Amino acid sequence: MTASARIAPPSGLLHELGAPARAGHDPASVALNRHRAYPLPVLGSALFLAALFAVAAAPGLFTAHDPLVGDVLEGLKAPDWAHPFGTDRLGRDVLARTLYGARYSLLIGLGGMTVSVLAGVFLGILAGQRNRFLDEVTSRLFDVLSSFPGVLLAMLVVTFLGQGMLNIALAVGIAGIPKFGRIVRAQTQLVRDADYVTQAAIYGLGRRQIFLQHVLPNVLVAVPVIATVYIGSTILTVSGLSFLGLGPQPPTPEWGVMLAESRDVLRVAWWPAVFPGAAITLTVIAFSTVGVFLQKRFEGRIA
Amino acid sequence: MKGAAEASATGALPPLVDIRNLSIGFGGPPIVQGVDLVVRAGECVALVGESGSGKSLTARSLLNLAGAGATVEAHRFRLQGRDAKAFGAADWRRLRGTVTGLVMQDALVSLDPLRTIGQEVAEVLSEHRLLPGRKAIGARVLDVLARVGIPDPGHRARQYAHQLSGGLRQRALIASAIAGEPDLIIADEPTTSLDVTVQAQVLQVLAGRVRAGAGLLLISHDLAVVAGIADRVLVMRHGRVVDSGPTAEVLTRPRHPYTKGLIAAIPSSASRGRRLTGAAQAIHRDGGDPRPAPRQEVVLEVRGIAKHYAGAAGYGRPAFATKALDDVSFVVRAGEVVGLVGESGSGKSTCAKIVLGLLAPDRGSVRLLGQPWSGIPETQRRGLRPRLQYVPQDALSSFDPRYRVSDIIGENLASHARAGRAARVVELLEQVGLAADIAARNPSSLSGGQRQRVSIARALAAEPALIVCDEPVSALDIGIQAQVLDLLADLRARLGTALLFISHDLGVIQHLADRVLVFHHGKLVEQGPVGEILTHPTDAYTKALLASQPRLELDQALA
Amino acid sequence: MGSRALWSRVVARLGTSIIVAWASVTAAFLALHALPGRIEDILAGDIDTPGLREAIAAEWGLDQSLLAQYRAFLSRIAGGDLGTSYVLRQPVREIVGSQLWPTVQLALTAGVLAVALAVTVALLTAGRGRLSRKVASAIELVLASTPVFWIGILLLMLFSFTLRWFPVSGANGWQSLVLPAIALALPTAGLLAQVLREAIEKALDQPFVTTIRARGVGELTIRTRHLLRHASLPAVTLGGWLIGGLLGGAVITEKVFGRPGLGSVTLGAVLTHDVPVVLAVVLLAAFIHVAASTLLDILYLLIDPRLRTA
Repeated sequence: MTASARIAPPSGLLHELGAPARAGHDPASVALNRHRAYPLPVLGSALFLAALFAVAAAPGLFTAHDPLVGDVLEGLKAPDWAHPFGTDRLGRDVLARTLYGARYSLLIGLGGMTVSVLAGVFLGILAGQRNRFLDEVTSRLFDVLSSFPGVLLAMLVVTFLGQGMLNIALAVGIAGIPKFGRIVRAQTQLVRDADYVTQAAIYGLGRRQIFLQHVLPNVLVAVPVIATVYIGSTILTVSGLSFLGLGPQPPTPEWGVMLAESRDVLRVAWWPAVFPGAAITLTVIAFSTVGVFLQKRFEGRIA
Repeated sequence: MKGAAEASATGALPPLVDIRNLSIGFGGPPIVQGVDLVVRAGECVALVGESGSGKSLTARSLLNLAGAGATVEAHRFRLQGRDAKAFGAADWRRLRGTVTGLVMQDALVSLDPLRTIGQEVAEVLSEHRLLPGRKAIGARVLDVLARVGIPDPGHRARQYAHQLSGGLRQRALIASAIAGEPDLIIADEPTTSLDVTVQAQVLQVLAGRVRAGAGLLLISHDLAVVAGIADRVLVMRHGRVVDSGPTAEVLTRPRHPYTKGLIAAIPSSASRGRRLTGAAQAIHRDGGDPRPAPRQEVVLEVRGIAKHYAGAAGYGRPAFATKALDDVSFVVRAGEVVGLVGESGSGKSTCAKIVLGLLAPDRGSVRLLGQPWSGIPETQRRGLRPRLQYVPQDALSSFDPRYRVSDIIGENLASHARAGRAARVVELLEQVGLAADIAARNPSSLSGGQRQRVSIARALAAEPALIVCDEPVSALDIGIQAQVLDLLADLRARLGTALLFISHDLGVIQHLADRVLVFHHGKLVEQGPVGEILTHPTDAYTKALLASQPRLELDQALA
Repeated sequence: MGSRALWSRVVARLGTSIIVAWASVTAAFLALHALPGRIEDILAGDIDTPGLREAIAAEWGLDQSLLAQYRAFLSRIAGGDLGTSYVLRQPVREIVGSQLWPTVQLALTAGVLAVALAVTVALLTAGRGRLSRKVASAIELVLASTPVFWIGILLLMLFSFTLRWFPVSGANGWQSLVLPAIALALPTAGLLAQVLREAIEKALDQPFVTTIRARGVGELTIRTRHLLRHASLPAVTLGGWLIGGLLGGAVITEKVFGRPGLGSVTLGAVLTHDVPVVLAVVLLAAFIHVAASTLLDILYLLIDPRLRTA
């Protein structure tokens, strides 16, 4: 993708945030609807995320079963009181595996996000300066990175670096750099040209002072919001790569890995496929809902 | 137009609009209440009021376009003698474009930006199947475009709204509204945001339609615009009509105090030296002279500045240069208010940027308080920066969104004053007529007038010798505008700060300024004392500007 | 003036595409050299035949200077020679060429399906009754948040294993394309419908809609004649990303449904460290992506006259 930000139609900050530049769009960034104070879906999502983080921190508190050990004779049992989500082919408790899986999904998702955010914020701020050369170079870099479909770019990284959690986090993180970089670039330009920055120059503040006091804080204040909106899509990509077998390897109870295993027993058992998939979807929905809500709030504050 | 009403009143035709006791609401308390409105063929009726007065809503209800969820009730609601209360959606659609035509504010957003002018004007014709065949429609489009005074209509019809100048664009919008030959034209702020000379032309086009027998319902916030064209005026406030009658009568003998206040708030040459708000009292001055003689010390000296903007060469297009500013020289003395007037593209903003040291002139020089100001590095300007301050048009966007009022004003305080910072902020707030508790507020929660006061307080915090005010009141309602202008006049009298006051509104300049600079196409075409220049202009452009200025010739009547 | 500005934009766009293409190839070359380990080992993947490494070194000219290697690499790629897979003992071009069509067929079908679904839903629900909007946007959020492979698994479960309407795997006839295309289309459709509806609703708030209504134009005509065009602008902006998503998603979908195509080739190559094949597929996807984005950019200019005059 090239020349994106320049071709994008004129729009305000949040449309830059929401639909930043081409190729930077994700499910999560699109608004659900207009919210009131704390609408029910937002509250529900926030509660779900709180529970998710608690489970990820200490999954053992929520289940007595071992996610890795099962009785093969108890394999593929339909959900009942002993195993509310049933058991998989090796007799492992699907509920326990799903709960322990939260840890991996969140960890890899947040890890990838951190890579994208750190690199994207740095490069985006660089590109947003009033320096055409810097802007051209970084923007072309974003163009090159974003011309590889995310999944394939991640596959390339894995080919070079090998499978594993750290590597797919890195791969997904690299694939996300242009997305963040472009949003931060647009935001930086917006702040850079804002009237209050002009006003600061009239006060007699120096360039460094203006950058530190007015530009940087107003760029950074948007970053957590953008990150929340996008983390959902990072988790989606991560689960896809794990499903392909590029991430953590069996018997790790990662949701994508569990779904890959469930594919083989689909003819006889639905439960190993339904619960981990629902966990992914609910997590992504929850992050998107909270992210979009924060974004709207942020929008209101600026406007 | 005036007098044309009799011509059509001979027939026993029912009025175009006949409404009794109209009320409009959105579930809660009604937004519009008890409005009676009659518009006849060949007359212009004006609805005047400030924003939120319900004037637009009233007008939109004539098209049944008051908005989703609106409930419109009336004792009588007749259009061309037919009872509109019984209309279904299809009846309303048949009426729109053929009986009623709507002209809105800014054509740039009121015409579909993705379609050509020709397509936009033709839509009403094809939608109602008013003409057979594309050829006939095409011919009518050209005819209508010519009728509203668009030169070379064949070429313009193939262009898009953004390719036309503001005046042409607005005419195209009018053309699209009258293409279906509606009997009633509803014009909602049709000239707001246009330059005065263009405004005069657009009003002429509308007046022409009235002479041709159409009824015109004109909605405006500007009494002066209305005065020149309307036969009757209705003044609205908080959803009710507070004053109505023939134009001359309402303007010379306003019955309601609100109307009186509204008329008194209009700045003009006659309002010089008196307050625009409250009683018609003179602003307190030290001596008996209503205008203190400016001291002779020169604060700002602008000599021969010029600025060109280069356009890059494109494929098959040579590089070009636009002269934004050409050989401009003037001075501002201590305590003096210098008005800078000009239309869009006249070079006012470029001049302001150069004066503020945000833009380097290509030629010429600027000196501030006797010291060089242009052509030196920013670091050398910094020491003198506090002496020159700025009040922009849009106050809110000039505030860092993370800051509270106290931070905004505090940031501009001289650094040595840091100890008594909070006290000084309160003092400054009081100076601009704001309560001390505003200091803790976020500016987004303030009203437009309050924000502009904070902006002025921020400028004063630096204790400047000169403040550049760039259209500081043009986005405000007339009442608020009057308050801010009074405040500026007070501060000038009390503090002796010089102002370089940029405005497109001659009335504001006449009211406030000592001297005026008239800009046109990047040139300073005329400068001198306000009284002289604006009563005996020598330059052709200044004359045209004055002639286009809508005015109320009623000030004597008020006194 | 319009068409000249248009052409200058097209020329500029093509120029940038070439830069992107060159930079991608260069990045691949640099990555190959920057990696720890000898290039012969990297390129050979998991194969360990005697003499193979020497053959690779000779083929890639690894004894020559870096610049000469780079030049040779560039001219080979430009000539369409993507190298040899030592794992599969076949030219990469043949491998990729034989597997390209099923993947493109899947991605195209899913793309068309997604656009059709999204446009219909957005046109029918934008700015309409609160309930229908809420229901539609909730469904869209769920679809856009669901992994492609999970939708695939659920569809398989329901339509292949339980109802037995469609084959479980393979690529024979249209029946085997139905479920994969739906699985791939649904998340994209959900996202696109959200974008379109929001854009239509934003356009509905524009003053020009009031002008059009005041001409007596009906609501459906306003949507189809005026608003759809406005709404297509952000959708076109998304187009490049969607194409990338469809290509990436196709790889995953193929694995779910056991379809032949680039997906299984690439996945196999990744797991056996068959670098030439992965590199070729990734570069190919990037080229498709760049070409499609260039077309979309031009489409954007055709839709919006405001950008033509700059």
